[in-house]
Amino acid sequence: MQYMLLIYGDEHALNETERQECYEESTQLAHRLKSAGQYVAANPLHPTTMATSVQVRGGKRLVTDGPFAETREQLGGYFLVEAKNLDEALDIAARIPMARKGTVEVRPVIEIPGLPAE
Amino acid sequence: MSDGTIKQVSEVVDEIYRSESRQVLATLIRLLGDFDTAEEALHEAFAVAVDQWSRDGVPANPRAWLVSTGRFKAIDGMRRRARFDASLVELAKQLESQFSTSHVEEREDEIVEDDRLRLIFTCCHPALSSEAQIAMTLREICGLTTEEIACAFLTKPSTVAQRIVRAKAKIREARIPYEVPSEKELPDRLDAVLRVMYLVFNEGYSASLGESLTRHDLSSEAIRLGRLLIELLPEPEALGLLALMLLHDSRRKTRTSPSGELVLLEDQDRSLWNREQITEGLSLVQQAISRGVVGSYTLQAAIAAIHAQASRSVETDWTQIIGLYDLLMQVEPSPVIELNRAVAVAMRDGPLVGLSLIDAILARGDLQNYHLVHAARADLCRRLERTAEARVSYERALSLTKQDPERRFLHRRLTELR
Repeated sequence: MQYMLLIYGDEHALNETERQECYEESTQLAHRLKSAGQYVAANPLHPTTMATSVQVRGGKRLVTDGPFAETREQLGGYFLVEAKNLDEALDIAARIPMARKGTVEVRPVIEIPGLPAE
Repeated sequence: MSDGTIKQVSEVVDEIYRSESRQVLATLIRLLGDFDTAEEALHEAFAVAVDQWSRDGVPANPRAWLVSTGRFKAIDGMRRRARFDASLVELAKQLESQFSTSHVEEREDEIVEDDRLRLIFTCCHPALSSEAQIAMTLREICGLTTEEIACAFLTKPSTVAQRIVRAKAKIREARIPYEVPSEKELPDRLDAVLRVMYLVFNEGYSASLGESLTRHDLSSEAIRLGRLLIELLPEPEALGLLALMLLHDSRRKTRTSPSGELVLLEDQDRSLWNREQITEGLSLVQQAISRGVVGSYTLQAAIAAIHAQASRSVETDWTQIIGLYDLLMQVEPSPVIELNRAVAVAMRDGPLVGLSLIDAILARGDLQNYHLVHAARADLCRRLERTAEARVSYERALSLTKQDPERRFLHRRLTELR
């Protein structure tokens, strides 16, 4: 069984120093999980100002700036994908079946050095 | 070197800045991979130009010269900063190796047109908010200053500046590509570009009812953008939108009286309509229609074209206009288009028929808070001499509109009701 652990928090809560400390501590945790055979993937995300939302309705793609902000719908899954730029990521997002019913939020992942290789 | 020659060179540089700076910027963004770096490089290249051209003369191909100088300056700057920031070392090397392997003059000149399209599509990318798309388009493609944009949109320069900073950050961090979209994506992406242009145009066009001069310069800016777009990408709807903007703009001077009062289409002095813009608009509508699939901008332009062709209001071919509205309802059904169609029907078949169509829209619950539906209804009631009903609708329209010339117009009509 795999679990996705979703990290919620005020994106302005940490200053730059605290953010770096958080990255380091998280990287250490990831290594401990890796040696315990419990690690799949982990990454911080760029803030919501970098988010783009995709919906497909009637076969037509609707792309909007900003994060998904509808409280009546809840996070129901995720894909972690490799894409050469935002357009390619949006193409993939539009192919996700739930894009036709709900919304897929596309957020660039921050690559921090030192995380375990999969 | 005499003062006279230096002055001459700086005039030449100014002129080249006006005609070439956006194209040079568009190419530098592609070569350097970043808006801010490219802008800085652009300004450095022009600074060098003032100096060097007064000494050595203006180069044969100033655009290519500016691109390679800008690029050289950017790499140079990166190498200098690399002493403090190791991450720049690789980037500088990478840019440099591209630099030495390309034959600057010919190759860069070939692809420059494509670069301007890249710039247009990136500034109007749907992952940017509508306000950001407009600000980026006016700043990066049209070369307006932040202050000019703020003034035109009646906002603070700091607000516009922040929108631009955020948009550039998103382009960089989320990797919005600097590319012309694939054929499959093109229709949707072109829609976004056309929408930005039309918003800019309308912002200027509605401001031309009275207010400040700077604001209605936006219409000219939108038309200039439209011309650039059809030169680079002559898609039918791009032709249609340019035609629509030209045909509307041709009536700009006659929409208000010298004292600033609103003048309705039927009362405008048609001899003052801009013939040059009408001729260009009509020919663009023809071109757009001849391509087969007719979109909503083209249909709206075709309607404007019929008005433009009637030398007097009574000569308007309402049957053809109604037919075009019917097509428009198929392409893009909306209650506003339905309302416009109803007004055209009233012109052809009489106010009573038009009124029943408008009342049907209102009965459905649509457009309740749209001032023009009530103004149109009031006008038809007035023509039918249903004074009491007309008064109620004029008052409703008045309560829903904020624009001064429109308010004064409605007031005038109200007092005329006796």
